[in-house]
Amino acid sequence: MIDFALLFDYSEEYMEGLRNTLYASLIALAGSFMLGTIVAVLRMTPVRPLRWLGRAYVEFFRNIPLLLVVYIFFLGLPALGIILSGFVSGTIGLTVYTSAYIAEAIRAGIMAVPAGQSEAARSSGLTYIQTMRHVVLPQAIKIVVPPISNQFLNLVKNSSILGVVSGFDLMYYADIVNSETYQTVNALFMAALLYLLLTIPLSYATRLLEKRLARTG
Amino acid sequence: MDFIGAYSPDNLSFLMEGLGMTLRLALLAIALSFIFGCLIGAIRYARVPVLSQVLGAIVGTIRNLPLLLLIFFARFGLPELGLPITPFWSAILALTVFEAAMISELVRSGLQSVEKGLVEAARASGLSYMQTLWHIVLPIGLRRMVPPIVSQFISLLKDTSLVVIVSLAELMHNAKIIMADFDFVFPILILVASIYFLVNYTLSQVARRLETPQH
Repeated sequence: MIDFALLFDYSEEYMEGLRNTLYASLIALAGSFMLGTIVAVLRMTPVRPLRWLGRAYVEFFRNIPLLLVVYIFFLGLPALGIILSGFVSGTIGLTVYTSAYIAEAIRAGIMAVPAGQSEAARSSGLTYIQTMRHVVLPQAIKIVVPPISNQFLNLVKNSSILGVVSGFDLMYYADIVNSETYQTVNALFMAALLYLLLTIPLSYATRLLEKRLARTG
Repeated sequence: MDFIGAYSPDNLSFLMEGLGMTLRLALLAIALSFIFGCLIGAIRYARVPVLSQVLGAIVGTIRNLPLLLLIFFARFGLPELGLPITPFWSAILALTVFEAAMISELVRSGLQSVEKGLVEAARASGLSYMQTLWHIVLPIGLRRMVPPIVSQFISLLKDTSLVVIVSLAELMHNAKIIMADFDFVFPILILVASIYFLVNYTLSQVARRLETPQH
């Protein structure tokens, strides 16, 4: 039933899949961190329409399925004449979807720093940027790191969505190996092991970060 | 883009049938995963020897795997092991196993958040362990778990869309069939997004109402 020979016979497929899963997750992490920061800033500006825009973005993407977000890029854009590969549309979809969660994590982190601190910093002569840089952000980062690390874990798992749009990730290749060998359980078992290889260290690191930052915080 | 053609009565009723299946899947999986999640969470909270460790290992593994892989396994792997299963029940099985693992962790941390002093006081005033769990720990813990559990239910509802890979006629599957017509892609994407949004947003607003103020 479970035969590790499969992993070696199809090592090229599995390694290619693992690499693409990792790439998609890393690109989406970097992208969603940047996008999420922008959205978090939008949600906290004094300008009401921008704040409203930030809120709409977060609520929209948190309440629709990831697959639908991916379909917007994979099926929707071609209808406008823009054709993206499964890997690209999947990674963009992951980025946009995850950025809504990261925006909320960042906002929660910044809001957790008492307003009195930035008021004190401002009244002692620091500029807004200096206040952010030296007072608010160093404290916020401690609160923000564990949830973002958790989002990265989710990203690795969610990247399997690429398999649905032929994105050449681990899930996609597991399906290829399955259809070539008719060993479904075995093909999936190897893919599961490779996923665990990525996710178990990540979830361990998340828990460690949570503990450590809770102690110093 | 053809909005009028895309929103023809036939297409709309086809999508509504899909929504019906999505809701049926979600409700059944929510009920089952809540029951199993509470059970597993309580067992792990109480540190039942052996059982607690075994469940911990299983929960840890499942939480670290993509749901898509579990759905695929339930639908195509189980028959290979001699367990034939219909698309509907394979979807229910995979969703329940995955979400129960998630919920069990929420339940466990909710129970653990109940102050130790309360448990000791209950025990000291003569309640048995089970009575303490039932009358003190569960009511307090459960109330604190409401927000994370509801957002887990929203995740579940969104995750039902992954069932497209087993060709079950739920909302996303039916939408995809209609979107085979190029002119219908955008109108249908907009409509389907609105449907998911409405259902999930309503759920989250109801949850906010349910959230009783903490004393």
